[in-house]
Amino acid sequence: MSAPRDERSRRVLVTGLSTYWGSRLAQALESFEHIEAIIGVDNRSPTRELERTEFVRVSNQHSLLQRIVRAAEIDTVVDTRLVVNSLMASPRAAHENNVIGTMNILAACTGADSPVRKFVFKSSAHYYGSEQDDPAFFTEEMRRPHSPHSALERDIVEAEQAVSEFAERNPDVTVTVLRCANVLGPDVDTAFTRMFGAPLVLMVLGFDPRLQFVHEDDVVHALEHSAFHLTPGVFNVAADGVLALSEIIGLLGKRPLPVLPPWGTSLVAGPLRQLGFRIPDEVVNQLRFGRGIDNRLLKATGFRYGYTTREAVLNLGEHLRLAPVIRGVEQTYTYEREVEEFLRWSPYVRRERGAERSGVAADREPLGI
Amino acid sequence: MADEQRTSLGAQIPASADEGDEHSGPAGLPARIREGAAPESMRALLPAIEPERRLNDWGRSERIEGVFDRTLLDFFYRYWFRVEVEGIENVPSDRGALLVSNHAGALPPDAPMIAKAIREEHPYPRPLYLTVEHFFKGYPGFSMLIPKIGGVAAHPANVHRLLYDEQQLVLVFPEGRKGTEKLYRDRYRLRRFGRGGFVEAAMRAEAQLVPTCVVGAEEAMPVFGQVDALRRLTGLIYFPITPTFPWLGPLGMLGYLPAKFKIRFLEPIDTVELGGAEAAEDKALVQTLAQEIRARIQESLHEMVASRKSVWFG
Repeated sequence: MSAPRDERSRRVLVTGLSTYWGSRLAQALESFEHIEAIIGVDNRSPTRELERTEFVRVSNQHSLLQRIVRAAEIDTVVDTRLVVNSLMASPRAAHENNVIGTMNILAACTGADSPVRKFVFKSSAHYYGSEQDDPAFFTEEMRRPHSPHSALERDIVEAEQAVSEFAERNPDVTVTVLRCANVLGPDVDTAFTRMFGAPLVLMVLGFDPRLQFVHEDDVVHALEHSAFHLTPGVFNVAADGVLALSEIIGLLGKRPLPVLPPWGTSLVAGPLRQLGFRIPDEVVNQLRFGRGIDNRLLKATGFRYGYTTREAVLNLGEHLRLAPVIRGVEQTYTYEREVEEFLRWSPYVRRERGAERSGVAADREPLGI
Repeated sequence: MADEQRTSLGAQIPASADEGDEHSGPAGLPARIREGAAPESMRALLPAIEPERRLNDWGRSERIEGVFDRTLLDFFYRYWFRVEVEGIENVPSDRGALLVSNHAGALPPDAPMIAKAIREEHPYPRPLYLTVEHFFKGYPGFSMLIPKIGGVAAHPANVHRLLYDEQQLVLVFPEGRKGTEKLYRDRYRLRRFGRGGFVEAAMRAEAQLVPTCVVGAEEAMPVFGQVDALRRLTGLIYFPITPTFPWLGPLGMLGYLPAKFKIRFLEPIDTVELGGAEAAEDKALVQTLAQEIRARIQESLHEMVASRKSVWFG
């Protein structure tokens, strides 16, 4: 009952190449030999080393994007740009990126002679929000019961709306939307990895929310899976298992600090941010009501998760204990255009294709191959 | 309230679609069978149980439940309410089943007693999930404790997942808040059964319906009045006056009088025989069935109260 493989995906455009997800995905795609071309666009330089991905610095102007898409005969676009943490960007920048940016990229893929056959959009479970009268598990066809209160959630709903309109107007393009739960992992930087990194984990007094996470590698695999399979529709991406916050704190070996007041939590969250406890608006409600999402639909397409929520938490715990020991040892990468161009195009560089695999695919057998 | 008069047995009450459904939640549709995937295969994709965990995905904790069960519940079940159970064989030992019961008491003792009765008397006991108001998820303290002991918000999607996907036992009080708010003088008069949302949920999930009657809860915590001003002040869903509350503070909520409890499980109704998931669209059938169940419970309650010689000794 798994979804059929899509053999036509050969030339991929990754938007948001310099975001964590864009670069992880590009690294993973590089290891697949049947992928002829990987082109990444962003307005900042990549922060991870890429071997054969072509980086083009471009902002979200649809006319420029459209020229790239047509010139390179892109058949698959994977959009990984979405800002899902309101503390990572100003509300204005987040809106510009999430709503206007999405519309521009969709516009670049539209048109009668567009070569694009597939569009994968990384969305977020913030789409569902977190409210008192939520179901215990959101399924993909559910809408949020109340309109969003934070600007970020409003933008995500709007961006998905634009994607679903695009899907309706372009029936021959396979559109896949992945709604990812909160991500944990040793490498990724999210509101929750920061919260769990502190020795004391803030809780709301009298609440023990049910939370669900997904491991960073599983998100990359899910993006990869959608790029290589025909999976039209919306899919939740979340690991098996919904854990109570107290359970998570226990697994991490941390201490709970139940000092957030049950009423007016958002009012206190502001001053706390000044003190270093950075809780974004879209997470405040989750600390009271939690959120669980049903992940079976993606599994029904043949996708398998590498980690359960509990295992993802344990993996983060190991990393947090190791981090002070290995700090500063890892080398940071800086993008230098001339060096990258030399490495890719100079006839003097010796290339052994496929000899070295990098990215997620190195750890595991690539999916479905 | 007009429905205070509606105690005649089996009366056809027209479908009323005003306020007060027990599923007063959002319009979240119960997850229908996903296109392209057989229900069995979707069931097989449910998360596996991780034996290292102490909680399940609903937040239920066997450990905390066990502590409650051995102490407070055991005391109330055996020595305080001296619960007597009839018809335990009517509780199915497999497939999803929805227990439908009458409801009373400010902090209702009926739900934990029904759960305990199944644990004690049933040959193949299964955990019982209790549907509770969404209110409890938003109230500090309750929000932490209630999921741990098997409470689940009364959202149609939650009931569907439990009954259909997980094939569990679920207890629902269709009277909802109207049952717990009612005063002592209205005891054993069933309130309106919402809009029949519970029947619809059971039909969609192809589960069995087990009408359940509880006698004794009304006298265990008689409610003499409701104070609206204090309700608003405390943010609770109601503020009752009972023999011990609010006089003894929050602990007065546990001040039950030692009434004799009788629980009777009536013969189950299999919704598959009535047409299952497709028939759930038939509003007339749903309403008729809801009224039928209400009538059966009311009739059985009258019979049980009539045969009772003493409130305290049964």
